[in-house]
Formats: sequence, structure tokens, C-alpha cells
Amino acid sequence: MLEDKDRIFTNVYGFQPWNLDAARMRGDWDNTKDLIAKPQDDIIEEIKASGLRGRGGAGFPTGMKWSFMPKESKDGRPSFLVINADESEPGSCKDREIIRHDPHKLIEGALCAGYAMRARAAYIYIRGEYIREAEVLQAAIDEAYEAGLIGNNASGTGYDFDVFMHRGAGAYICGEETAMIESLEGKKGQPRLKPPFPAGAGLYGCPTTVNNVESIAVVPTILRRGAAWFSSFGRENNKGTKLFQISGHVNKPCVVEEAMSITFEELIEKHCGGIRGGWDNLLAVIPGGSSVPLVPAEQIRHAIMDFDGLKELGSGLGTAGVIVMDKSTDIVRAISRLSYFYKHESCGQCTPCREGTGWMWRVMTRLETGDAELEEIDMLYQVTKQVEGHTICALGDAAAWPIQGLLRHFRPEIERRITERHAAFEEAAE
Amino acid sequence: MAARHIAPDTPELRERWGGFAFDAETKAKADWHIAKYPDGRQRSATMPLLDLAQRQVGRETDTQGWLPLPVIEYVASYLDQPVIRVLEVATFYTMYNLEPVGKFHVQVCGTTPCMLRGSDDIIAACKKRGMKPGHVSDDGLWSFTEVECMGNCATAPMVQINDDNYEDLTAERLDAVLDALAKGETPKTGTQEPGRHTSEPANALSSLKDMVTENHDYRGDW
Repeated sequence: MLEDKDRIFTNVYGFQPWNLDAARMRGDWDNTKDLIAKPQDDIIEEIKASGLRGRGGAGFPTGMKWSFMPKESKDGRPSFLVINADESEPGSCKDREIIRHDPHKLIEGALCAGYAMRARAAYIYIRGEYIREAEVLQAAIDEAYEAGLIGNNASGTGYDFDVFMHRGAGAYICGEETAMIESLEGKKGQPRLKPPFPAGAGLYGCPTTVNNVESIAVVPTILRRGAAWFSSFGRENNKGTKLFQISGHVNKPCVVEEAMSITFEELIEKHCGGIRGGWDNLLAVIPGGSSVPLVPAEQIRHAIMDFDGLKELGSGLGTAGVIVMDKSTDIVRAISRLSYFYKHESCGQCTPCREGTGWMWRVMTRLETGDAELEEIDMLYQVTKQVEGHTICALGDAAAWPIQGLLRHFRPEIERRITERHAAFEEAAE
Repeated sequence: MAARHIAPDTPELRERWGGFAFDAETKAKADWHIAKYPDGRQRSATMPLLDLAQRQVGRETDTQGWLPLPVIEYVASYLDQPVIRVLEVATFYTMYNLEPVGKFHVQVCGTTPCMLRGSDDIIAACKKRGMKPGHVSDDGLWSFTEVECMGNCATAPMVQINDDNYEDLTAERLDAVLDALAKGETPKTGTQEPGRHTSEPANALSSLKDMVTENHDYRGDW
């Protein structure tokens, strides 16, 4: 188990105040000037060496992402850092804890990351429903300005760096990086075609990098303790510590920071008080937020909770939002509810997603009660394949994968419902 | 996509809201938001200004607030934007109410993590009190919406009522919260689980125990 001294988010539960004085006592903003008193590329190399992969779901190496930013502005365009705090993936609730309990880690991280990628300013895009969280974040930003930590000559570095907060207003799709940029520009959050990639033309047509809250908030600690410390946790290619969020049918749902590559069993036993009703009562787990396929009980128990470990099981680490389902769960309804979510959140731009998510949800509601023909199971699978990969952004994929996971692992259950319903009707007809 | 429609543009609506303008407090906030964005990029402030407008309407009507078309037009003119640019934003994002709502907008999360922890009971408890989607209760107090994941999964099930979250709910705990609000009290926000602070394992803290009693600095152990 990860030791407390190696936890980055020591105030994740908010037992202590979030404010600047308290944060400083925990080690935040401690001589930040020294942290970034080196060439930008050295910082990027340090982050690359740490093995940090993006914490927002896709797991792209953070240092490499930063290295795509231009080293100098040839035409006078500034660069921007956009921090993705639009946490809306069902099962994910970690950024909220960082923002409301440890906001200064995020703001200090914004300065370090912004400096490394030569950004002029950071915009933190926080989901609209995080109302109290946004109040805390803005107050923390104000504190940091007042203390001279950000703004002109930020932290005495001679570097000018602004941090602004922008609130969303209830659209899951704005967590997609180009939709977020559109939304920041005051438009509907509809994803852009890539290329051009944001590092070439993003916010206001300027070079932009979009990073998740957790990816940015861990940066100051990595720089303080060194890449070797961070990469001492987790397996090769899956380094570091990670906030896991466990919801659903465990005895003690919680958010907890653990080492990457912890086994599912250890995570649940150490922090969540076990599965409700014991391990024999476990049905399935969605290990990385709603967008990844579920993993049945027998495969997940000893699974290694990291990017590669879950990929091997046909799923993914995603945001590490672990949704646990015991045998009392109506598994078809659980996935059908996610289909409704994606139908609701489709931005409407691409036809396969706009029409497909509604179509898939309507079939799923019929499968819940068995009000379907057996052939429709294959038809549904084909439709998921026609949506997947045929849209501008990954929402279409995200809507398809949970259904594919259900069909892969619980097809007999769906067939049983259909057969039983048919039998009941035949009996009634006789 | 979420099905969303604006309230009909009637003479009554025009008469009630045609003269809408930001009050001094809202105006100061609006200008502060606009200043966050580069010159000429005031369109970026569309979302914060719609939020401010909705909140001002809320204060004027003693509700959570909503966005009548004339108010949307006012925001557009404030930002020097065509009305459609602001209208399409107002209809795209679900936190902008396009119809009048009650004093308390009860938004129950019904997505799978909350569903697994009993959001069906929470929704049933709301219905039992006469709440239904798209309807304001006769006393003007309650509006109800089933919303999508609110990011409180480790403290599910939950509701958001106006600006505050109430988590770890049961039907009884929700009733207690709603009764208190109806009486004009301010119930405790956040988790309703006795002994639980926020999203830690309830009454079974598994890490960071030093933090409970003091603002512990772990750097000495590095």
C-alpha cells in the first residue's frame, strides 16, 4: 500500500482548510521559483522521465504532449494552457476533491506546466455543476494573485502568467479537448475536426495544450521529489500514483490515492471495506469510468489496475472511476442507463452519434425486459460498430464500448430475458 | 441530444422581461468576466453572462431563475453579438433553464453509479411529494429534473438543489433536507452520512489519518 508520505494529495478529504496558508504548511508554493528556474525543456524532460501519463482518461504521455508546443512564437500568437476540470464521466469524482480541498496544487501546477510549455495564461475549465468547488477555486486563484504567486512576475520568476477560471454549464461533451476550446470561445461545445491539433491552432487559433486537473496538480510534487520518485510507483509504462474513485456496491465507496498497478482486490480490501456481500457476490466492474467496457467478476479480482493491465482485459483505466456491481444489479439496465447518458450528452454534430446513441438506447431499453428478437442482439452489435470510429470525437466510441462489453460478457443473460418473455407470451396465447 | 425548447415569445413575456437590464452588482461581475478574455474575444463571456442573467432573474422572481428570450437578447447586445450566437449557447447547455422553475430546483442524479446506490428511491421520494419533470409545484417551491452524472459518485446517491449538493442520501434523509428547505432553514450540505466528512471511506479512514486532527506536513518523512 502506498505510504502517506508518498501521497501527493494529502488534503484530499478536506479535513484541513484549502486556503493558501494551510496549503503552504503542507508544502505547496514552497520556493516555486527554484522549481522552474531552469530551461523549459529540462522541465519537460523531467516530466517525460517521470512516466506521467494523462489522468483524464486517454493516458497520453504528459511530457510528450507539452513538447508539441512551439518553442517560440514566430507570428506573435501567444500559447495557452487549458486545464480540463469538466469532470463529467460517470464514475469519476477526483478532480472535484482536488479543486475543493487542494486547489493550490492545481494553481501551482498550472504555473509550472504553463512555464514549461511557454504559455501566456491558463484557463481552468470547470464543469458548471461544481458550483461550490468553483467558488473555492476562484478564491484560491485570488489568493495566489494577491500573494504574487501568479500574475506579473509570477513567484518572482520574472515570468508573467495568468490563471483564469471558466465555468461550463452542463455539457459532458465539453470534456473533449476541442469542444472545450469551442466552449471557452463562447460557442456550443461541438468538437472540432483534427488536424489542426490544438498544439498548432487551439484556443483563439493559438497553440494550446489541454491537460486534466490531476495531470497538472501532480506536477509540482514531481518536480520537487524528482522523476525517479514518481516513477518508482507502478509498472513500466504505468508509472506514478493515481486517484482512484470507487463507487457502487462496495462497503465503503471512496476516493483514494494509490500506487498505479495495485491489484483490484487490494484496492477494494484496503480502502473500500470489501465487496458488498463478499467476493462471491461480485458480478462485474466498470474499471475506468462509464466509457470503458465492463469486466466480469472472475477476471477483475486479480486484475492490475493500470493502463496496460486493464487493456489486456479488453477494458481500460480511463479516469480510474471504478464502478462496482454486485449480483443484485440488473446489468442490462445498468448499461442501458449509460446508453441514455450518451444519448443525452451527444452534441448532435455527427449523424452516427446523434442518431446512433438514441437508437442504441431504445434497443437497450427493450433488451432490459426481453422485448426483442434474438437477432436484434447481433444487430445492436453491428450498430455499435457503425458508430464506433465514425465520429469526429470519441463520444461515439464511448457510447458503443459499454454495450459491446455487455454483449461480450452477458449475452446469455440477454438471451435468457428474450427467450423467457417469448415463452411467457406463448403460454398466454395458449 | 437533450430535447430543449425556449419558452414561447409572447406579448406577455415581452412585457414582463422586455425591460431587463443587469443591476449594478451583476454588471460589475459581467465586466469582470469579460476582462478575463483577450480584447475582442468578449464572446467567450457568453456562458458566465447567461449564468449571471439567470441568477438575476432568479433573484427577481425568488426562484432558481431562468432565461426568457428578451433576457437572452439583452446578453447578446451586452456582448455585441448576434442573438442567435447567444441563443444557441443557451439552448445547448442544460444548466440554463429555458422555462420558469421553482424556488428550489431539485436535480437528482440518476446515472449508473447513483442508480446502483439507490437513486430510484430518491426519485420516488421526489415523485411522492408531487414533483415531476418540467413542472413547478403549486406553492412555487419545487422543480424536479433527473440529471446526468454530477461527479459525486463516491458519495452517491445525491441531489443538487440550486447551488448545493446533498450526498449519501436515503429517502428519509432527502425528506429531512427538503422539509428543512421548505421551512426556510439551511440544512447541512454535502454528505448526510453520520460521521462521514467528505469522500473518505465512511467511518473507516484507510489513509492520511494524521490529517484528521492537524494540518500534517509529510515532507519530514520524505
